[in-house]
Amino acid sequence: MNNMLVQDASQAAQDTRETVVVRIAGDSGDGIQVIGGQLGLTSALSGNDLETFPDYPSEVRAPVGTTYGISAYQIHFGGRHIKTVGDEADMLVALNPAALITNLAILRKGGRVLVDSGTFTARNLARAGYDTSPLEDGSLAGYQVMAADISRLTLESTADLDLGKKATLRCKNFWALGLVYWMFGRDRQPTRDWLEQKFARVPDIARANIAALNAGHAYGETMEASGEAASITVPSAQMEPGLYRSVTGAEALAWGLAAAAELSGRKLVFASYPITPASPVLHTLARLKDIGVVTFQAEDEIAAVCAAIGVAYAGGLGVTSSSGPGISLKQEAIGLAVSTELPLIIVNTQRAGPSTGMPTKTEQSDLNQALFGRHGESPVPVLAARSPADCFETAIEAGRIALTYMTPVILLSDGFVANASGPWPLPQVDKLERINVKNHVEPEGFNPFLRDPDTLARVWPVPGTPGCEHRIGGIEKDFASGHISYEPDNHQKMTDTRAAKIAGIARSIPALIPDQGETRGDLAVVGWGSTYGPISRAVTAMREKGHKVSHIHLRHLNPFAANQSELLAGFSRILVPEMNSGQLLRQLRAEGVAHAEGLNKVAGQPFLVREIEQAIAKSMGAA
Amino acid sequence: MNETLNPKAMKPADYATDQEVRWCPGCGDYAVLKAMKTVLADIAAKRENTVFVSGIGCSSRFPYYIDTYGFHTIHGRAPAIATGILLANPDLDVWIITGDGDGLSIGGNHLMHLLRRNLNCQVLLFNNETYGLTKGQYSPTSRVNTRSPSSPSGSIDHPVDPTQFALGSGARFVARAVDTQVKQLVDVLKAAHAHPGAAFVEIFQNCIVFNEDVFDDFTARDKAANNQVELQHGAALVFGEDQIRALTFDPKALGLKAVDIAAGDHAGALVHDVTNRNLAFALSQMTPPELPMAMGVLYDNPAEVYDVGANREPSKRALQDVMQSGFTWTVEPGATAI
Repeated sequence: MNNMLVQDASQAAQDTRETVVVRIAGDSGDGIQVIGGQLGLTSALSGNDLETFPDYPSEVRAPVGTTYGISAYQIHFGGRHIKTVGDEADMLVALNPAALITNLAILRKGGRVLVDSGTFTARNLARAGYDTSPLEDGSLAGYQVMAADISRLTLESTADLDLGKKATLRCKNFWALGLVYWMFGRDRQPTRDWLEQKFARVPDIARANIAALNAGHAYGETMEASGEAASITVPSAQMEPGLYRSVTGAEALAWGLAAAAELSGRKLVFASYPITPASPVLHTLARLKDIGVVTFQAEDEIAAVCAAIGVAYAGGLGVTSSSGPGISLKQEAIGLAVSTELPLIIVNTQRAGPSTGMPTKTEQSDLNQALFGRHGESPVPVLAARSPADCFETAIEAGRIALTYMTPVILLSDGFVANASGPWPLPQVDKLERINVKNHVEPEGFNPFLRDPDTLARVWPVPGTPGCEHRIGGIEKDFASGHISYEPDNHQKMTDTRAAKIAGIARSIPALIPDQGETRGDLAVVGWGSTYGPISRAVTAMREKGHKVSHIHLRHLNPFAANQSELLAGFSRILVPEMNSGQLLRQLRAEGVAHAEGLNKVAGQPFLVREIEQAIAKSMGAA
Repeated sequence: MNETLNPKAMKPADYATDQEVRWCPGCGDYAVLKAMKTVLADIAAKRENTVFVSGIGCSSRFPYYIDTYGFHTIHGRAPAIATGILLANPDLDVWIITGDGDGLSIGGNHLMHLLRRNLNCQVLLFNNETYGLTKGQYSPTSRVNTRSPSSPSGSIDHPVDPTQFALGSGARFVARAVDTQVKQLVDVLKAAHAHPGAAFVEIFQNCIVFNEDVFDDFTARDKAANNQVELQHGAALVFGEDQIRALTFDPKALGLKAVDIAAGDHAGALVHDVTNRNLAFALSQMTPPELPMAMGVLYDNPAEVYDVGANREPSKRALQDVMQSGFTWTVEPGATAI
């Protein structure tokens, strides 16, 4: 225990906590995301619900020891349903001084911090910007500091393997993980199995990592036996029975698109140009060639959307995906899809803007762009996904609307939803409702703008169909014949028809009901997209305190659910938290919800639960 | 190139639509339209399997006048939309109609990538060295000092040569034709169609309103013979009235030069080889009056056609298997303990 330093040990008592937030930080080469993922899986196996979020540096590989090269992973797990990654961390693992200085602010007062004291050299301290060592200058008073020379202890634990110092030091992330496992009573076996499988071809590497994992764990047990630190018990959560996996929003979205294709019997062609943070959707789908998914890495954003439109013209499910700046480039082509009334899904994984902005940081500031970013009168349905798992359902809903109504659909995700992950009860794709859309094959009386009288969708004749040869384009079409027309009255009629078609989608949207709380009351918190987690948690907490507050979360942002205005009218106050300057708020007010008030944050960071709680309290106090 | 055999003999008129053609009287586009209908009839193209895709510009109205499938898209993007059409259905026979502005200015990027990918389609670039639809501004192929509404004292931009652009982009079929030289145009279009992969054809098209006779230096009746060389694979590169001029290799300049020959004596002339890319580049660089314009097929050397290859083999797994792959766990009913 000679390399152990415990300050403020009085707080290290036997402890049971409903939920725990752990943040792990280190150099981008330290394998932070790997051990974070392992902690997530073992926590799920322990019966916890959880949510995780990786916090990568924007530099591809920054110099070792620098603050801008720090990679972090935050996980919130516990004995109830977990909807956020947590406002603050209960435990911080910092594998070097730069990791400590960049992440300490998120650790709650009294929280535990595990540092690799072996990295606190004069050189690393200077690189991180410390004048004096925080392990010695008292600046960590008020935290439970566990300072272990993880580097040296890792070398010792694997001494018999003779891997060389460099390779061995790569195992120190698993030493830290071992200590975290001891701290929260996690089972090491799934991680040992994972390591053996992962390094099956280099068994010594697997053995070294397992030895480090075990050594970290033993270190914790020794501390506990000597009364220096205590482990924490986190109870299991009540999870719905079923088969689970961990899923990120990007994966769920990609699979939802593939599901929409399967449910409609269409070939999925996904055309995209790489952009942060949207690329993981492309990466996920690129691995599905064997199930018939086509991905096309286009030369630019415009080519990507145009290829997707070509796919739709030829009868496939065309999808393009990007982030805000790329969506700007696609907007002209989306206008073509509006005019030619072709089905198309445009996914926007939003990031902080404008321009390059902060590509790795999250924001909800592209709602106005989705609603109004095109030329001409060009209404487009807009949907938003609220959580990683919800991306799957929302993608299928986007497919349903696009194919049923012959229209482009914009699906809004964001950098948070895309990268966050949590346990997902796997749906059975063959049990989901099918999307029944047929191609038009009847030459008799054919023209390409024949419409379904109910949905107003035009027919979908595709090349290869004898007798349905036709020409379409971006020039205005005659309502009756589908031929080019510059007639004033016809343009009015076509404009009205396209608008009525989109507005009519509302009839197919399920009635909006509160996610929590009553359908009438003092206050409704209305959100969309990834603010779901913090709003939900804040509303739960405020309801537990006796406040009559409801949470209403919108998936459909254009058109709104038909009963939305009526539902919102039942609340004397409406609070609309958004990671923008009030874009949904403006829409709600335009729809007559004049008493809606905004709670706005444009910082590249998700809302903290307490920020929303405070806003609710303020609003209730003012009532 | 695609299988378009049709047992029923087709006539050019079978490919006409009921739409009134709206190009200016005397426009070169009429001649190209006529040649195209002849080609479609000659190859017995199945109307339902044929798709014309265009961008924006005078020539891009072309699809409205051919009774097949047609998509008049947005400025410069026809290659990208055609790519999507072929990704969804590789069995379609796709013709892209573009112009010098549409294909080399706003859409130059897409054209380059379509050619390097070797997408299986034909690209017809109508080059009239002007922006016709927007009333005569200079284009990326306009020669230096072109006077136009947007360059009243003469343009200063150096032009791009479409065939050199195509060869540089990796095109495996590059050809040239003149709108009104019907036989040459029909032959070139058929060769383009027969080529597997992307086939690029530059068509010199006379804009009668904004750029009349801009190609007269090699298309005028009295100048064509001396200022065009008709390329035929395996034939000597000879030209001129009475065929008394020949192209030979100039080792000093690492290029081509024209020499006088005795009528019928082709011994000293280079022989055209459509599979020789260096020769194609050299031919593409010839301009009158020093050297003749090379017309016909400059390069035809098929390579692997773009094929995304999805679902070629019967799939062993379904989406459900994908989602259930990797690490999964089961929560039993009522189980909450560790």
